[in-house]
Amino acid sequence: MMAQSLQFWSDLSPLVWFGLKFAQVLAFVLVLSLMVAVLVLADRKIWAAVQMRRGPNVVGAFGLLQTIADALKFFFKEIIVPSGADKFLFILAPVLTLVMAFLSWGVIPVAPGWVISDINLGVLYVLAISSMGVYGIIIGGWASNSKYPFMGALRSAAQMVSYEVSIGFIILSVIFLVGSMNLTDIVEAQKGGLFNWHMFYLDFKNPINLILFPVMFYMGVLFFVSALAESNRPPFDLPEAESELVAGYQVEYSSTPFLMYFFGEYVNIMLLSAMMTILFLGGWYAPIDIGIQFVPPVFWFILKMAIIFFLFAMVKAIVPRYRYDQLMRLGWKVFLPMSLFAVMFISTWVVFFGEKAVGV
Amino acid sequence: MSGFLLEYLPILIVFGIATVLSLLFLVAAKIMAPASGDVEKLSTYECGFNAFDDSRMKFDVQFYLVAILFIIFDLEIAFLFPYAVSLDKVGIYGWAVVMIFLSELIWGLYYAWKKGALDWQ
Repeated sequence: MMAQSLQFWSDLSPLVWFGLKFAQVLAFVLVLSLMVAVLVLADRKIWAAVQMRRGPNVVGAFGLLQTIADALKFFFKEIIVPSGADKFLFILAPVLTLVMAFLSWGVIPVAPGWVISDINLGVLYVLAISSMGVYGIIIGGWASNSKYPFMGALRSAAQMVSYEVSIGFIILSVIFLVGSMNLTDIVEAQKGGLFNWHMFYLDFKNPINLILFPVMFYMGVLFFVSALAESNRPPFDLPEAESELVAGYQVEYSSTPFLMYFFGEYVNIMLLSAMMTILFLGGWYAPIDIGIQFVPPVFWFILKMAIIFFLFAMVKAIVPRYRYDQLMRLGWKVFLPMSLFAVMFISTWVVFFGEKAVGV
Repeated sequence: MSGFLLEYLPILIVFGIATVLSLLFLVAAKIMAPASGDVEKLSTYECGFNAFDDSRMKFDVQFYLVAILFIIFDLEIAFLFPYAVSLDKVGIYGWAVVMIFLSELIWGLYYAWKKGALDWQ
Protein backbone atom coordinates (compact mmCIF):
# COMPACT_ATOMS: atom_id res chain seq x y z
CA MET A 1 0.00 0.00 0.00
CA MET A 2 2.64 2.43 1.08
CA ALA A 3 4.98 1.51 -1.76
CA GLN A 4 2.18 1.94 -4.30
CA SER A 5 1.27 5.43 -3.21
CA LEU A 6 4.94 6.35 -3.11
CA GLN A 7 5.30 5.00 -6.66
CA PHE A 8 2.39 7.16 -7.82
CA TRP A 9 3.96 10.27 -6.37
CA SER A 10 7.45 9.60 -7.69
CA ASP A 11 6.21 9.05 -11.26
CA LEU A 12 4.90 12.60 -11.53
CA SER A 13 6.89 15.44 -13.01
CA PRO A 14 8.21 17.81 -10.34
CA LEU A 15 5.83 20.64 -11.20
CA VAL A 16 2.70 18.45 -11.19
CA TRP A 17 3.96 16.80 -8.02
CA PHE A 18 4.34 20.13 -6.32
CA GLY A 19 0.91 21.30 -7.47
CA LEU A 20 -0.82 18.14 -6.29
CA LYS A 21 1.00 18.12 -2.96
CA PHE A 22 0.15 21.77 -2.47
CA ALA A 23 -3.52 21.04 -3.17
CA GLN A 24 -3.43 18.07 -0.81
CA VAL A 25 -1.92 20.09 2.02
CA LEU A 26 -4.42 22.88 1.40
CA ALA A 27 -7.26 20.34 1.54
CA PHE A 28 -5.91 18.94 4.81
CA VAL A 29 -5.67 22.42 6.36
CA LEU A 30 -9.16 23.38 5.18
CA VAL A 31 -10.79 20.18 6.41
CA LEU A 32 -8.98 20.50 9.74
CA SER A 33 -10.18 24.09 10.12
CA LEU A 34 -13.76 23.07 9.36
CA MET A 35 -13.48 20.20 11.83
CA VAL A 36 -12.23 22.61 14.49
CA ALA A 37 -15.32 24.75 13.89
CA VAL A 38 -17.57 21.72 14.34
CA LEU A 39 -15.66 20.37 17.35
CA VAL A 40 -15.76 23.67 19.24
CA LEU A 41 -19.52 23.69 18.81
CA ALA A 42 -19.79 20.01 19.76
CA ASP A 43 -17.69 20.68 22.84
CA ARG A 44 -20.01 23.48 23.95
CA LYS A 45 -23.15 21.52 23.10
CA ILE A 46 -22.03 18.47 25.06
CA TRP A 47 -21.01 20.64 27.97
CA ALA A 48 -24.39 22.35 27.87
CA ALA A 49 -26.28 19.07 27.63
CA VAL A 50 -24.52 17.71 30.71
CA GLN A 51 -25.54 20.83 32.62
CA MET A 52 -29.08 20.68 31.18
CA ARG A 53 -28.67 23.87 29.18
CA ARG A 54 -29.21 24.30 25.46
CA GLY A 55 -25.86 25.71 24.48
CA PRO A 56 -25.44 27.90 21.40
CA ASN A 57 -28.61 27.69 19.29
CA VAL A 58 -29.17 31.12 17.77
CA VAL A 59 -26.64 31.55 14.95
CA GLY A 60 -27.67 29.22 12.12
CA ALA A 61 -29.70 26.06 12.51
CA PHE A 62 -28.92 24.48 15.92
CA GLY A 63 -26.19 27.08 16.33
CA LEU A 64 -24.11 25.46 13.59
CA LEU A 65 -22.60 28.78 12.52
CA GLN A 66 -21.78 29.90 16.06
CA THR A 67 -18.06 29.12 15.80
CA ILE A 68 -17.75 30.93 12.49
CA ALA A 69 -19.48 33.97 13.98
CA ASP A 70 -17.10 33.84 16.94
CA ALA A 71 -14.10 33.60 14.65
CA LEU A 72 -15.32 36.57 12.59
CA LYS A 73 -15.70 38.58 15.75
CA PHE A 74 -12.05 38.00 16.59
CA PHE A 75 -11.06 39.53 13.25
CA PHE A 76 -12.83 42.77 14.10
CA LYS A 77 -11.13 43.19 17.47
CA GLU A 78 -8.05 45.27 18.10
CA ILE A 79 -4.73 43.47 18.54
CA ILE A 80 -3.50 44.72 21.89
CA VAL A 81 0.21 44.42 22.58
CA PRO A 82 0.89 45.37 26.21
CA SER A 83 3.38 48.21 26.60
CA GLY A 84 5.72 46.12 28.76
CA ALA A 85 5.71 43.14 26.41
CA ASP A 86 8.46 41.92 24.15
CA LYS A 87 6.57 42.81 20.98
CA PHE A 88 8.17 40.41 18.52
CA LEU A 89 7.98 37.36 20.78
CA PHE A 90 4.48 38.30 21.87
CA ILE A 91 3.24 37.98 18.28
CA LEU A 92 5.54 35.07 17.44
CA ALA A 93 4.23 32.80 20.22
CA PRO A 94 0.67 32.21 18.92
CA VAL A 95 1.98 31.87 15.36
CA LEU A 96 4.37 29.18 16.61
CA THR A 97 1.57 27.36 18.43
CA LEU A 98 -0.66 27.24 15.35
CA VAL A 99 2.14 26.30 12.94
CA MET A 100 3.33 23.48 15.21
CA ALA A 101 -0.21 22.21 15.62
CA PHE A 102 -0.62 21.94 11.84
CA LEU A 103 2.88 20.61 11.29
CA SER A 104 2.21 17.42 13.27
CA TRP A 105 -0.64 16.61 10.90
CA GLY A 106 1.90 16.28 8.10
CA VAL A 107 2.52 12.62 8.94
CA ILE A 108 -0.92 11.46 10.13
CA PRO A 109 -2.48 8.90 7.77
CA VAL A 110 -6.28 9.15 7.79
CA ALA A 111 -6.92 6.40 5.22
CA PRO A 112 -4.71 4.11 3.08
CA GLY A 113 -2.46 6.50 1.17
CA TRP A 114 -4.25 9.60 2.47
CA VAL A 115 -1.26 11.14 4.11
CA ILE A 116 0.75 14.24 3.35
CA SER A 117 4.09 12.58 3.98
CA ASP A 118 4.51 8.93 4.91
CA ILE A 119 7.90 9.15 6.64
CA ASN A 120 9.51 6.23 8.41
CA LEU A 121 10.18 8.26 11.52
CA GLY A 122 6.51 9.25 11.88
CA VAL A 123 6.17 8.66 15.61
CA LEU A 124 9.46 10.33 16.47
CA TYR A 125 8.47 13.31 14.30
CA VAL A 126 5.14 13.70 16.11
CA LEU A 127 6.91 13.55 19.49
CA ALA A 128 9.46 16.13 18.38
CA ILE A 129 6.88 18.56 17.06
CA SER A 130 4.68 18.23 20.14
CA SER A 131 7.74 19.10 22.23
CA MET A 132 8.13 22.21 20.10
CA GLY A 133 4.54 23.11 20.92
CA VAL A 134 5.60 23.87 24.49
CA TYR A 135 7.64 26.80 23.18
CA GLY A 136 4.55 28.57 21.86
CA ILE A 137 3.07 28.63 25.34
CA ILE A 138 6.20 29.45 27.33
CA ILE A 139 7.28 32.21 24.93
CA GLY A 140 3.79 33.72 25.04
CA GLY A 141 3.71 33.67 28.82
CA TRP A 142 7.14 35.17 29.17
CA ALA A 143 6.77 37.82 26.48
CA SER A 144 3.53 39.15 28.01
CA ASN A 145 5.54 40.48 30.97
CA SER A 146 2.60 40.01 33.27
CA LYS A 147 2.26 37.81 36.34
CA TYR A 148 -0.66 35.57 35.42
CA PRO A 149 0.67 34.60 31.99
CA PHE A 150 4.10 34.01 33.50
CA MET A 151 2.80 31.61 36.15
CA GLY A 152 0.49 29.97 33.64
CA ALA A 153 3.30 29.42 31.17
CA LEU A 154 5.57 27.91 33.83
CA ARG A 155 2.86 25.56 34.99
CA SER A 156 1.91 24.63 31.48
CA ALA A 157 5.48 23.91 30.41
CA ALA A 158 6.13 21.74 33.48
CA GLN A 159 2.86 19.89 32.99
CA MET A 160 3.34 19.26 29.28
CA VAL A 161 6.90 18.01 29.60
CA SER A 162 5.95 15.73 32.51
CA TYR A 163 3.26 13.99 30.56
CA GLU A 164 5.31 13.91 27.40
CA VAL A 165 7.66 11.48 29.16
CA SER A 166 4.89 9.02 29.91
CA ILE A 167 3.38 9.49 26.44
CA GLY A 168 6.81 8.64 25.04
CA PHE A 169 6.96 5.37 26.99
CA ILE A 170 3.38 4.46 26.09
CA ILE A 171 4.12 4.99 22.40
CA LEU A 172 7.28 2.90 22.81
CA SER A 173 5.18 -0.03 24.04
CA VAL A 174 3.18 0.11 20.79
CA ILE A 175 6.34 0.36 18.69
CA PHE A 176 7.77 -2.73 20.43
CA LEU A 177 4.73 -4.69 19.28
CA VAL A 178 4.73 -3.37 15.72
CA GLY A 179 8.43 -3.01 15.11
CA SER A 180 8.08 0.14 13.01
CA MET A 181 7.84 3.87 13.63
CA ASN A 182 5.85 4.47 10.45
CA LEU A 183 2.28 5.39 11.38
CA THR A 184 0.83 3.57 8.35
CA ASP A 185 2.62 0.39 9.40
CA ILE A 186 1.27 0.75 12.92
CA VAL A 187 -2.28 0.89 11.55
CA GLU A 188 -1.65 -1.98 9.12
CA ALA A 189 -0.48 -4.14 12.02
CA GLN A 190 -3.93 -3.80 13.59
CA LYS A 191 -6.07 -4.89 10.65
CA GLY A 192 -8.58 -7.72 10.94
CA GLY A 193 -11.17 -6.60 13.43
CA LEU A 194 -11.60 -5.30 16.93
CA PHE A 195 -9.46 -7.91 18.67
CA ASN A 196 -6.39 -6.96 16.70
CA TRP A 197 -6.52 -3.36 17.84
CA HIS A 198 -3.84 -2.70 20.38
CA MET A 199 -6.27 -1.58 23.02
CA PHE A 200 -8.36 -4.78 22.76
CA TYR A 201 -5.58 -7.16 21.86
CA LEU A 202 -7.14 -10.60 22.29
CA ASP A 203 -5.50 -13.34 20.28
CA PHE A 204 -7.43 -16.52 21.16
CA LYS A 205 -5.50 -18.65 18.70
CA ASN A 206 -2.34 -18.17 20.65
CA PRO A 207 -3.25 -18.12 24.37
CA ILE A 208 0.14 -16.81 25.45
CA ASN A 209 -0.75 -13.56 23.68
CA LEU A 210 -3.71 -13.02 26.03
CA ILE A 211 -1.35 -11.74 28.71
CA LEU A 212 -0.77 -8.67 26.53
CA PHE A 213 -4.41 -7.59 26.74
CA PRO A 214 -4.46 -6.10 30.27
CA VAL A 215 -1.14 -4.33 29.68
CA MET A 216 -2.11 -2.80 26.34
CA PHE A 217 -5.58 -1.85 27.54
CA TYR A 218 -4.03 -0.09 30.49
CA MET A 219 -1.56 1.66 28.21
CA GLY A 220 -4.47 2.89 26.08
CA VAL A 221 -6.19 4.36 29.14
CA LEU A 222 -2.93 5.97 30.27
CA PHE A 223 -2.49 7.46 26.79
CA PHE A 224 -5.95 8.98 26.92
CA VAL A 225 -5.37 10.57 30.34
CA SER A 226 -1.91 11.78 29.31
CA ALA A 227 -3.46 13.27 26.19
CA LEU A 228 -5.85 15.25 28.39
CA ALA A 229 -2.89 16.61 30.35
CA GLU A 230 -0.80 17.19 27.24
CA SER A 231 -3.48 19.33 25.59
CA ASN A 232 -4.25 21.27 28.79
CA ARG A 233 -7.82 20.04 28.80
CA PRO A 234 -9.90 19.79 31.95
CA PRO A 235 -9.44 18.24 34.48
CA PHE A 236 -5.80 19.17 33.90
CA ASP A 237 -6.35 22.75 32.70
CA LEU A 238 -4.17 24.18 35.46
CA PRO A 239 -2.37 26.63 33.14
CA GLU A 240 -5.64 28.44 32.53
CA ALA A 241 -7.44 27.75 35.78
CA GLU A 242 -9.92 30.64 35.85
CA SER A 243 -10.20 30.75 39.61
CA GLU A 244 -6.45 31.11 40.12
CA LEU A 245 -4.80 32.49 37.04
CA VAL A 246 -7.66 34.21 35.13
CA ALA A 247 -6.72 32.62 31.80
CA GLY A 248 -3.11 31.58 32.28
CA TYR A 249 -0.75 32.30 29.43
CA GLN A 250 -3.54 33.82 27.31
CA VAL A 251 -4.42 36.69 29.67
CA GLU A 252 -2.84 39.47 27.61
CA TYR A 253 -3.92 38.11 24.25
CA SER A 254 -6.80 39.50 22.22
CA SER A 255 -8.11 39.39 18.67
CA THR A 256 -6.49 37.01 16.19
CA PRO A 257 -3.44 36.11 18.33
CA PHE A 258 -5.89 34.71 20.86
CA LEU A 259 -7.79 33.02 18.05
CA MET A 260 -4.55 31.34 16.97
CA TYR A 261 -3.95 29.94 20.46
CA PHE A 262 -7.50 28.67 20.57
CA PHE A 263 -7.28 27.23 17.07
CA GLY A 264 -3.94 25.57 17.80
CA GLU A 265 -5.28 24.05 20.99
CA TYR A 266 -8.16 22.37 19.17
CA VAL A 267 -5.95 21.19 16.31
CA ASN A 268 -3.74 19.63 18.99
CA ILE A 269 -6.71 17.94 20.62
CA MET A 270 -7.64 16.49 17.24
CA LEU A 271 -4.06 15.37 16.74
CA LEU A 272 -4.07 13.52 20.04
CA SER A 273 -7.42 11.89 19.20
CA ALA A 274 -5.93 10.85 15.86
CA MET A 275 -2.82 9.48 17.55
CA MET A 276 -4.95 7.50 19.98
CA THR A 277 -6.93 6.15 17.01
CA ILE A 278 -3.78 5.17 15.15
CA LEU A 279 -1.86 3.70 18.06
CA PHE A 280 -4.59 1.88 19.94
CA LEU A 281 -7.86 1.79 18.01
CA GLY A 282 -6.90 0.38 14.65
CA GLY A 283 -6.84 3.58 12.60
CA TRP A 284 -9.10 3.33 9.56
CA TYR A 285 -10.05 -0.34 10.01
CA ALA A 286 -13.63 -1.36 10.73
CA PRO A 287 -14.29 -3.08 14.07
CA ILE A 288 -15.61 -6.19 12.30
CA ASP A 289 -13.57 -7.60 9.47
CA ILE A 290 -15.89 -8.99 6.77
CA GLY A 291 -13.46 -8.93 3.89
CA ILE A 292 -14.99 -6.16 1.78
CA GLN A 293 -15.33 -2.68 3.16
CA PHE A 294 -18.54 -0.91 2.14
CA VAL A 295 -17.78 2.27 4.03
CA PRO A 296 -14.77 4.36 3.05
CA PRO A 297 -11.88 3.86 5.52
CA VAL A 298 -11.71 7.56 6.31
CA PHE A 299 -15.20 7.30 7.76
CA TRP A 300 -14.00 4.88 10.43
CA PHE A 301 -11.04 7.07 11.19
CA ILE A 302 -13.18 10.15 11.72
CA LEU A 303 -15.78 8.17 13.68
CA LYS A 304 -13.12 6.90 16.10
CA MET A 305 -11.67 10.39 16.43
CA ALA A 306 -15.15 11.74 17.14
CA ILE A 307 -15.75 9.13 19.83
CA ILE A 308 -12.48 10.02 21.54
CA PHE A 309 -13.30 13.70 21.28
CA PHE A 310 -16.68 12.96 22.83
CA LEU A 311 -14.83 11.38 25.77
CA PHE A 312 -12.63 14.48 25.98
CA ALA A 313 -15.74 16.66 26.14
CA MET A 314 -17.47 14.44 28.70
CA VAL A 315 -14.42 14.49 30.95
CA LYS A 316 -14.42 18.28 30.71
CA ALA A 317 -18.06 18.44 31.72
CA ILE A 318 -17.97 15.89 34.54
CA VAL A 319 -14.59 15.80 36.28
CA PRO A 320 -13.51 18.56 38.71
CA ARG A 321 -10.13 20.21 38.24
CA TYR A 322 -7.01 18.65 39.74
CA ARG A 323 -4.72 20.45 42.14
CA TYR A 324 -1.29 21.16 40.71
CA ASP A 325 0.71 18.97 43.11
CA GLN A 326 -1.73 16.11 42.51
CA LEU A 327 -1.25 16.53 38.79
CA MET A 328 2.52 16.34 39.00
CA ARG A 329 2.36 13.43 41.42
CA LEU A 330 0.10 11.54 39.05
CA GLY A 331 2.45 12.15 36.14
CA TRP A 332 5.76 11.33 37.79
CA LYS A 333 4.82 8.81 40.47
CA VAL A 334 2.05 6.82 38.79
CA PHE A 335 2.16 7.16 35.02
CA LEU A 336 5.92 7.17 34.56
CA PRO A 337 6.73 4.04 36.63
CA MET A 338 3.71 2.21 35.20
CA SER A 339 4.61 2.92 31.59
CA LEU A 340 8.27 2.19 32.30
CA PHE A 341 7.41 -1.27 33.67
CA ALA A 342 5.04 -1.86 30.76
CA VAL A 343 7.85 -1.08 28.31
CA MET A 344 10.13 -3.56 30.09
CA PHE A 345 7.40 -6.19 30.13
CA ILE A 346 6.43 -5.80 26.48
CA SER A 347 9.99 -5.76 25.18
CA THR A 348 10.71 -8.94 27.15
CA TRP A 349 7.54 -10.50 25.82
CA VAL A 350 8.30 -9.61 22.21
CA VAL A 351 11.86 -10.92 22.44
CA PHE A 352 10.89 -14.28 23.98
CA PHE A 353 7.32 -15.01 22.87
CA GLY A 354 6.46 -12.65 20.00
CA GLU A 355 6.13 -13.52 16.33
CA LYS A 356 9.72 -12.60 15.68
CA ALA A 357 10.95 -14.16 18.93
CA VAL A 358 14.63 -14.99 18.95
CA GLY A 359 13.99 -18.15 21.00
CA VAL A 360 15.40 -19.06 24.37
CA MET B 1 13.19 13.20 -7.29
CA SER B 2 15.06 11.63 -4.45
CA GLY B 3 13.19 9.73 -1.77
CA PHE B 4 14.38 12.06 0.94
CA LEU B 5 12.93 15.08 -0.83
CA LEU B 6 9.70 13.20 -1.57
CA GLU B 7 9.30 12.56 2.12
CA TYR B 8 10.24 15.86 3.65
CA LEU B 9 9.31 18.52 1.08
CA PRO B 10 5.56 18.05 1.81
CA ILE B 11 6.27 18.84 5.45
CA LEU B 12 7.94 22.04 4.34
CA ILE B 13 4.79 22.82 2.32
CA VAL B 14 2.66 22.29 5.44
CA PHE B 15 4.98 24.62 7.30
CA GLY B 16 4.67 27.25 4.56
CA ILE B 17 0.88 27.08 4.35
CA ALA B 18 0.44 27.15 8.13
CA THR B 19 2.76 30.15 8.42
CA VAL B 20 0.95 32.02 5.65
CA LEU B 21 -2.39 31.21 7.29
CA SER B 22 -1.30 32.58 10.65
CA LEU B 23 0.21 35.70 9.06
CA LEU B 24 -3.09 36.20 7.20
CA PHE B 25 -4.87 36.11 10.55
CA LEU B 26 -2.61 38.84 11.88
CA VAL B 27 -2.90 41.02 8.78
CA ALA B 28 -6.69 40.62 8.64
CA ALA B 29 -7.11 41.85 12.19
CA LYS B 30 -4.64 44.68 11.52
CA ILE B 31 -6.70 45.83 8.52
CA MET B 32 -10.24 45.27 9.76
CA ALA B 33 -9.97 46.07 13.44
CA PRO B 34 -9.79 49.58 14.93
CA ALA B 35 -6.55 50.60 16.57
CA SER B 36 -6.92 53.07 19.40
CA GLY B 37 -4.45 52.25 22.10
CA ASP B 38 -4.18 54.35 25.22
CA VAL B 39 -2.03 54.06 28.31
CA GLU B 40 -4.58 52.19 30.40
CA LYS B 41 -5.51 49.77 27.66
CA LEU B 42 -1.92 48.84 26.99
CA SER B 43 -0.95 48.46 30.63
CA THR B 44 -0.34 45.04 32.15
CA TYR B 45 -3.42 43.25 33.44
CA GLU B 46 -3.39 42.66 37.16
CA CYS B 47 -7.03 42.39 38.24
CA GLY B 48 -7.66 46.12 37.97
CA PHE B 49 -4.71 47.29 40.03
CA ASN B 50 -1.67 49.03 38.68
CA ALA B 51 1.12 46.50 38.25
CA PHE B 52 3.26 46.29 41.39
CA ASP B 53 6.55 45.42 39.76
CA ASP B 54 8.10 43.67 36.82
CA SER B 55 6.83 40.14 36.28
CA ARG B 56 10.21 38.64 35.49
CA MET B 57 10.45 37.52 39.08
CA LYS B 58 11.86 34.62 41.08
CA PHE B 59 9.97 31.37 40.73
CA ASP B 60 9.92 27.98 42.36
CA VAL B 61 13.07 25.93 41.75
CA GLN B 62 10.80 22.89 41.34
CA PHE B 63 9.98 23.94 37.75
CA TYR B 64 13.68 23.86 36.99
CA LEU B 65 14.01 20.39 38.53
CA VAL B 66 11.14 19.09 36.41
CA ALA B 67 12.86 20.44 33.31
CA ILE B 68 16.09 18.61 34.22
CA LEU B 69 14.24 15.36 34.89
CA PHE B 70 12.39 15.76 31.61
CA ILE B 71 15.64 16.08 29.67
CA ILE B 72 17.00 12.90 31.25
CA PHE B 73 13.90 10.80 30.68
CA ASP B 74 13.15 12.12 27.21
CA LEU B 75 16.70 11.32 26.20
CA GLU B 76 16.24 7.77 27.48
CA ILE B 77 13.13 7.46 25.32
CA ALA B 78 15.03 8.74 22.31
CA PHE B 79 17.66 6.04 22.97
CA LEU B 80 15.02 3.34 23.15
CA PHE B 81 13.41 4.13 19.78
CA PRO B 82 16.19 2.58 17.65
CA TYR B 83 16.12 -0.50 19.88
CA ALA B 84 12.34 -0.80 19.53
CA VAL B 85 12.49 -1.07 15.74
CA SER B 86 15.39 -3.52 15.68
CA LEU B 87 14.24 -5.97 18.37
CA ASP B 88 14.50 -9.01 16.11
CA LYS B 89 18.01 -8.11 14.96
CA VAL B 90 19.75 -7.41 18.25
CA GLY B 91 18.41 -10.56 19.92
CA ILE B 92 18.89 -11.55 23.54
CA TYR B 93 22.17 -9.71 23.90
CA GLY B 94 20.54 -6.42 22.91
CA TRP B 95 17.59 -7.16 25.14
CA ALA B 96 19.86 -7.76 28.15
CA VAL B 97 21.73 -4.51 27.53
CA VAL B 98 18.47 -2.55 27.32
CA MET B 99 17.16 -4.19 30.49
CA ILE B 100 20.30 -3.11 32.36
CA PHE B 101 19.86 0.37 30.90
CA LEU B 102 16.21 0.51 31.96
CA SER B 103 16.89 -0.78 35.47
CA GLU B 104 19.48 1.95 35.92
CA LEU B 105 16.80 4.39 34.78
CA ILE B 106 14.44 2.99 37.39
CA TRP B 107 17.13 3.38 40.04
CA GLY B 108 17.50 6.99 38.93
CA LEU B 109 13.78 7.53 39.27
CA TYR B 110 13.83 5.87 42.70
CA TYR B 111 16.68 8.17 43.77
CA ALA B 112 14.86 11.29 42.57
CA TRP B 113 11.70 10.08 44.32
CA LYS B 114 13.50 9.49 47.65
CA LYS B 115 15.32 12.82 47.38
CA GLY B 116 11.92 14.50 47.10
CA ALA B 117 12.50 15.89 43.61
CA LEU B 118 9.02 14.74 42.59
CA ASP B 119 7.19 16.31 45.55
CA TRP B 120 5.41 19.63 45.28
CA GLN B 121 4.62 21.66 48.35
